[in-house]
Amino acid sequence: MELPQTRDVLEKLAKDIRIDLSADAVLVGIHTGGAWLAEELHRMLGLSTPLGMLDISFYRDDFERIGLHPEVKPSDIPFDVDGADILLVDDVLYTGRTVRAAINEIFDYGRPARIRLAVLVDRGGRELPIEARFTGIRLDLDENRMIDLLRTDAGGLELRLRPGN
Amino acid sequence: MQGQINKNGELQHLLTIEGLSAAMLHHILDTAESFVSVTEREVKKVPLLRGKAIFNLFFEPSTRTRTTFEIAAKRLSADVINLNISASSQSKGETLLDTVNNLSAMHADMFIVRHAQSGAAHLIANHVAPEIHVINAGDGRHAHPTQALLDMYTIRHFKRDFHELRVAIIGDIMHSRVARSQIHALTTLGVPEVRVIAPKTLLPKGVEHLGVHSYHDMSKGLKDVDVLLMLRLQNERMQGALLPSAQEYFKYYGLTPEKLALAKPDAIVMHPGPMNRGIEIDSAVADGPQSVILPQVTFGIAVRMAVMSILAGS
Repeated sequence: MELPQTRDVLEKLAKDIRIDLSADAVLVGIHTGGAWLAEELHRMLGLSTPLGMLDISFYRDDFERIGLHPEVKPSDIPFDVDGADILLVDDVLYTGRTVRAAINEIFDYGRPARIRLAVLVDRGGRELPIEARFTGIRLDLDENRMIDLLRTDAGGLELRLRPGN
Repeated sequence: MQGQINKNGELQHLLTIEGLSAAMLHHILDTAESFVSVTEREVKKVPLLRGKAIFNLFFEPSTRTRTTFEIAAKRLSADVINLNISASSQSKGETLLDTVNNLSAMHADMFIVRHAQSGAAHLIANHVAPEIHVINAGDGRHAHPTQALLDMYTIRHFKRDFHELRVAIIGDIMHSRVARSQIHALTTLGVPEVRVIAPKTLLPKGVEHLGVHSYHDMSKGLKDVDVLLMLRLQNERMQGALLPSAQEYFKYYGLTPEKLALAKPDAIVMHPGPMNRGIEIDSAVADGPQSVILPQVTFGIAVRMAVMSILAGS
């Protein structure tokens, strides 16, 4: 399967978000790929609102099976969550479990007015009733394929398709 | 003997700092850093250990350590059961392992053990089922690994890099499990110069074999030091003829502003608590600008959250 140019997908996502983003909306990226994507969107959209970052390791539902992620990063929410209009950003939407964990974590910071979701890739395969408001591209991927976002040395973002585990 | 590292190379129990790699110590400190941000939030809890039962088994009195373990476990959403054993079954003659067997039958997931006998936590770790984790919260004169870890967290927080530091541990090295764990942690993390400063009667023989330099004189030992780790002088040492008097000890080894001035101007002062003001530390230092004694307590909660969640996930 041929992947489209990451830049084109990014442009499309940024365009969709721009039309529908309120002036005081804040972006929150999910570590790691989602945090890079949120940074990039923040830049592309020319936003001056604060940028948040979540590491959902402490909220995962597979801790019992796989333990703590070996590289936990501190979450950073540099704004008051009470009443905030949050756009949650992740690179790939798959089962929906990561987004579930992220929503739970946000509520431990306060009660937002709204949370919406933006993803670069929606690959289907949902296991929870979660959908993105903004989607860069929908891909129908085989279960044994993995897709994720990489950051190149030059700072550019690149989608990568690879065999799964 | 069953070690604290399991066959997958993960930390199964935390019994001692000795033998842990620098990478493992940094992994614990990095994880603790993420928990510090949790404890600054509106809701200071994460759901990680929901449904787990953690038993605080304190066979020796402790307020700070027991409380910070309890807070740490609660912030991980675990259920905590505090047992002050000196006051219960031990006085009725139940053995240590019988106590542990009974608590295991109540579906304990983790034991946090404080005991006056060196090796007590090891004994329990060797005895329990493989899904149960044990944390040594201080055993005799042997080790107090979470105290050393929170000290390392505090040093890293204020000084960033271990590789340029001169660190002095001051006081009753002989009887201190904290000092032993600190020495292992500091040398493993690459601190080039670790000093111990104490009267001869409070320095164990052969302490140099642990890779430290020993001093008996504060004016020499404190010169150009970046970090001062004070130890608590236990009052019972006075009776054992190891020291003439508390006043005499304060005169030579008590940390006063004058003695602190011999260290680097930006040196930090730490103490595991509880402090004996006017014996090992002067109030002007304990409450002064170079003291980081209260941040140590705060970081201690995050460090214990990190240790518990790494063990529970292994």
